[in-house]
Amino acid sequence: MRRMLLEGLFRRPVTERAPTVADAEIDALAARLGVAAKARLGRSLSIREVDAGSCNGCELEIHALNNSYYDVERFGLRFVASPRHADVLMVTGPVTANMREGLERTYAAMPAPKWVVAIGDCAAGCGVFSKSYAVIGAVSEIIPVDLTIPGCPPEPIDMLKGLVGLVEASARG
Amino acid sequence: MSTLRTALLNAALTIEEQKPWPRVTVDADTWRQATLAIAAGNATLSGLWAEPRAVHMAVLDDDDGALMVLTLATPDGRFPSVGLTHPPAQRLERAIVDLYGLLPEGMPDDRRWLDHDRWGVRAPLGDGALIPADGAPYPFLKAEGPPLHQIAVGPVHAGIIEPGHFRFSANGEIVVRLEERLGYVHKGIEGLLTNTTLEAAAKVVARVSGDSTVAYSFAFARAAEAALGIGVPQRAIWLRALMAELERLANHLGDIGAICNDAAFALMLAHCGILREEVLRAAKATFGHRLMMDRIIPGGVTSDLDDVAPIKALTTRIRQRFPRLVELYDNTASLQNRTVSTGRLSPELARRFGAGGPVGRASGRAFDARKAPGYPPYGDLDFKVIRREGGDVDARIWVRIDEISESLELIEQIIDRLPPGPIAYPTAPALRERRVPQAGGLAHEPRDGAMEGLAMVESFRGDVLVWLRTDETGRVLRGTVRDPSAFQWPLLEAVIEGNIVADFPLCNKSFNCSYSGHDL
Ligand code: SF4
Repeated sequence: MRRMLLEGLFRRPVTERAPTVADAEIDALAARLGVAAKARLGRSLSIREVDAGSCNGCELEIHALNNSYYDVERFGLRFVASPRHADVLMVTGPVTANMREGLERTYAAMPAPKWVVAIGDCAAGCGVFSKSYAVIGAVSEIIPVDLTIPGCPPEPIDMLKGLVGLVEASARG
Repeated sequence: MSTLRTALLNAALTIEEQKPWPRVTVDADTWRQATLAIAAGNATLSGLWAEPRAVHMAVLDDDDGALMVLTLATPDGRFPSVGLTHPPAQRLERAIVDLYGLLPEGMPDDRRWLDHDRWGVRAPLGDGALIPADGAPYPFLKAEGPPLHQIAVGPVHAGIIEPGHFRFSANGEIVVRLEERLGYVHKGIEGLLTNTTLEAAAKVVARVSGDSTVAYSFAFARAAEAALGIGVPQRAIWLRALMAELERLANHLGDIGAICNDAAFALMLAHCGILREEVLRAAKATFGHRLMMDRIIPGGVTSDLDDVAPIKALTTRIRQRFPRLVELYDNTASLQNRTVSTGRLSPELARRFGAGGPVGRASGRAFDARKAPGYPPYGDLDFKVIRREGGDVDARIWVRIDEISESLELIEQIIDRLPPGPIAYPTAPALRERRVPQAGGLAHEPRDGAMEGLAMVESFRGDVLVWLRTDETGRVLRGTVRDPSAFQWPLLEAVIEGNIVADFPLCNKSFNCSYSGHDL
């Protein structure tokens, strides 16, 4: 193990370069977020993730955000275990009837200001599951959504871009 | 089981045109006999599903992997319970009650399962009576008396994970009983596979469980090809296996990292995470999608492999780096202290529940759908079925470790021998020919032109089953899927008993059951 740790010290990091997000996109996001943020949070956001009915494909790519290539923590983005600690709610999946209450209660448990990011085509519009009796709708039909990141599943780099934009925008407020 | 098979064929009222394995209609008595034979261990229950006026039971011969489907008509809405004598069927039966309103006579557990009283409709795929969506409370089984206490967890968990509820009854640190409540991500997949196009059905099946999207698309394509008599070019067959092994590699790497991380060994997660990411990048570079979603379709595959370099670079790199991680796992006593003898699954339970994948193979069940029933191109490839006897978290990690080596071998063999040629045949001509009645047909001509196919494919988690009925134009009339998790979830309840609460994450990750694939 010592050998691996030592090697780790000398090898170049695998981390990707930070994605660039256009100023215009950030301004647009900031405008959408409105006065709520007011630079209160600085450059860091805590994220609570809820699977409201996904196939787990989106979760796999959210997991990837934590690997050494994307390493979201360097942007001040951190996944937290409780909605009470969270600024951002990340939601995947078409919202199933059986998960509606879980989603609503998680959202309600978050302190303001709070933002919701809908991840993936299912969260955005129910994807291939839209005609099911067991699915009640896209995330925005249940709770207000601030940012949507499309894809099936969206690639980690696209999520990273969206989230970095959110950090910037909330700092600018 | 071959004697059982013969007996069932003899007792059949009719034999339907289902390919490549027969589906026979039986009477209630034969249904009961078959159930007893399964409970006695003569064969394995591989699936149990319904349609509005019939129930189907897939039976698997563990030795040669041959399947057979029994069908029982349910004119009065009842059928003899399979779960009464064979517990692995109980949750599947509860799902049948919830979805179709059919009643398994004598079923030992009549609580609702997928139906949380939230759909606003009872038996949505059966008669579909409207009811208020009020989320009635769920009666958990009791374990009471001092000093027992309960711990309720979920459906929203601490990590980035699918939703489910776990109810622990504990005596101090020791778990006395764990009860799962699932169904939170029920998306009505069987309903979505009713009366739809082949393309739409393929897209839904690819999204049953995102981590097994290749395996599901593979099984769906094979079921459709069997039903409709569609040919597949050689190159596509080999590319399918390449994708399937890449998927296995990515998931096994992810699982090993995640299990070790739950034993507070984050270094392993970091390194496995890097390798996993590299698999996904190679998949993106070669097939255009990191998870290879929708890349396998009936008739072939949708993207060709133009450049083998990313795959070659990937296998070389994993061969360089992975052995060091294995050494690290093998030599870290603090890690093994958590994994060895934790969450032990007995070979007997694994066999009874037909546990697939690393869960079954770490408890001595040598079943791998790639070998038996087997499907191309695996018959032409050289690989071993990995098996361990320990049945603990450690054994499940080792099965994954050794399967990674086998997948690397397989990928290299495939790359070396990949045949040239087209990657897909159009399905349309096969379907047109089908419309013309063929001379000298089968002894049992399909009634009303319906055709059926059944396929089993080995996902990283175990065998997935897809059954499909189409009309002669290829339109999907009905379909069902069965995830390996269906039989693994109940075993997780069994293995945690007597372990400490803090070891639940390790047991859970070492099983890595699918929620979406279970809830359907
Ligand atoms: S968007 Fe795609 S990957 Fe994400 S949950 Fe839906 S089907 Fe799965």
